[in-house]
Amino acid sequence: MSIVHVLERLGHTVDYPEAQTCCGQPPFNTGYWDEARVVAERQMAIFRDAETVVLASGSCATMVRVFYPELFHRHPREAEARALAAKTFEFSDFLVNRLGVLDVGARFPGRVTFHDGCHGLRELGSKKAPRQLLQHVKGLELVEMTEAETCCGFGGTFAVKFPMISTAMGEVKCASITGTGADYVVSNDSSCLMQIRGVLDRQGKSTKTLHLAEVLAQT
Amino acid sequence: MNVYAKEFNESARRYTADLHHRDLIHKALSGYYAKRDEFKNRFQSWSGARDLAAEIKWEAINHLDRYLDEFVSKLEARGTKVFWAPDAQAARDYIVGVARQHQVRAVIKSKSMTAEEIHLNDALEKAGFEIAESDLGEYIVQLREEPPYHLVFPAMHLTRQQISDLFHDKLGSEPTNNPEDLTMVARRVMRRKYCKAEMGISGANFAIAETGMISITENEGNARLTTSLPKIHVALVGIEKVLPRLSDLALFLPMLATAGAGQSITCYNTLYGGPRQPGEPDGPEEFHVVLLDNRRTELLADAEQRDALHCIRCGACLNVCPIFKNVGGHSYGTTYQGPIGSVITPHLRGLQDWKHLSQASSLCGACTEACPVKINLHHHLLHNRRNAVRAHPTLLEKLIQFGFVRMMCHPALYQFAASVGRLAQPLQRWLGGTILDPVRAWAKTRSFPPLAKKSFRELWRERKAS
Repeated sequence: MSIVHVLERLGHTVDYPEAQTCCGQPPFNTGYWDEARVVAERQMAIFRDAETVVLASGSCATMVRVFYPELFHRHPREAEARALAAKTFEFSDFLVNRLGVLDVGARFPGRVTFHDGCHGLRELGSKKAPRQLLQHVKGLELVEMTEAETCCGFGGTFAVKFPMISTAMGEVKCASITGTGADYVVSNDSSCLMQIRGVLDRQGKSTKTLHLAEVLAQT
Repeated sequence: MNVYAKEFNESARRYTADLHHRDLIHKALSGYYAKRDEFKNRFQSWSGARDLAAEIKWEAINHLDRYLDEFVSKLEARGTKVFWAPDAQAARDYIVGVARQHQVRAVIKSKSMTAEEIHLNDALEKAGFEIAESDLGEYIVQLREEPPYHLVFPAMHLTRQQISDLFHDKLGSEPTNNPEDLTMVARRVMRRKYCKAEMGISGANFAIAETGMISITENEGNARLTTSLPKIHVALVGIEKVLPRLSDLALFLPMLATAGAGQSITCYNTLYGGPRQPGEPDGPEEFHVVLLDNRRTELLADAEQRDALHCIRCGACLNVCPIFKNVGGHSYGTTYQGPIGSVITPHLRGLQDWKHLSQASSLCGACTEACPVKINLHHHLLHNRRNAVRAHPTLLEKLIQFGFVRMMCHPALYQFAASVGRLAQPLQRWLGGTILDPVRAWAKTRSFPPLAKKSFRELWRERKAS
């Protein structure tokens, strides 16, 4: 709900088509592109008339923006896939680069470190936007960790197909997070947060995980 | 699961639990990162340099037939013997044949991953030749009878203490922790081997079409001795090593040094264009170039992944790969480790046998970002996954995907599944991590965050109603 609150506070009308489900990344990443296309076609139809589509996770936004055009390459619905890709934004990218908003009027007292989700960082090239938004939050102290750009180890089905590698990566990430002494680790990718929280909880660490929107929604 | 995948999993399990290894690799690479960034900044534009390098390699690979012909005809004009090896067996047979023909007893070799690829040392040893690696790192792993750990730093997994113990056991040297003393131990052994060897084997970093020369880059001077002291020099060159022009080296040599080792330029950069010419005081009497295909042309035929042939084997993708850093170079079981190995090994050695390497990735893209010649490495891992499924779908996965698609196309089913998950989650706590736990692969090492009491959809509806 935090995204809705922030967008409405900025004067936008938010709609949530209830028929929507998943973007299709799980089958796509596993190699089942035909299956992914079926799921993607459904989302393309649902969002056809939307002016702009905003997503909470860099990973899902990447699927639509970067991989839908590849998935529908030389397919009769390629133009439709490209059209949806062009109007789809990850939340922080939308605020900063589309709307030009840096200060959403949020207040959040606390020491925060930011984790770059790999998809948002490398596929969408969004390194600055989430940090700019956090820097404008009143009372918030942003501290950088040494391994901000290192993968947390989630990687979709990778996390359960290769749990030992995924967990080792999570441990490296979490050591870097706790090393900053931050109270909160914030990201714009829900699945990274699930992985990081899973490892931190198991280690008995008190650092809390929050989505960027949850911070920006606080006033 | 095939034997290679099983071995990978077992080894990965061992290494990921080894915190000493994790720490060692982390320390070994932290110095590299600092130096790499320092020298990247000395380029007027690193991203511009990458664009140009990718363009040059694109030109070379997409006109490989023409450039290879040019390379070979220039080489032959100066008396070099060129052999086109379609596969590893042909290359091994040719090189063993040259050694036999000249009644060679001892062979010295400088670093070559292509020689590792065709298992050349084994073939020469089996044929009765004595073979010594002259690169220090390679010599260390040869003494340990193990493959290189990393395609640029073969012994990066070892501590000084381990190397000292190894030299003490195998060479009878005094134990020491001083790197200079350790180098001197190897140097004394190596000097004798250079003088004894009748044949020197090298790889090549680049093959210059315009001048018909191979370019070798090294830090120890061992490749120069390997290639010029013995009376025969054999260079094993993958066909993808071609660069069109001599001037291209002005970009590629500093780029390779920066991306590969965090150096502005490698200590020794040498061009070899033929055997000793009339009137020249030194150099080998015979120079053989073995051009190796070994299924590279199959990769060339794949337009989608052809750019994987751009690779200059700098190892930059390994150095930034969180998978490599945690599982270590030996877990891969391949000649080429890390992201580039995961991309090309399925092409070189069979997709079904090696697809697990493409699956063993979080697709974070750090490799693609680091690659100086802009190979789209992590997207190729996705392509390999897709190709593997197309050629050989597994029944269980197919069923799971079928169920997933049905659920995602019917929101009611999706919502029902989510409600079941919410109700079942407290039960999972009791089973947490045991063999009965359906999410054991996750929950054994990580807690499972509690699902929200109400779904977004429910909250949305309540909000609309009020």
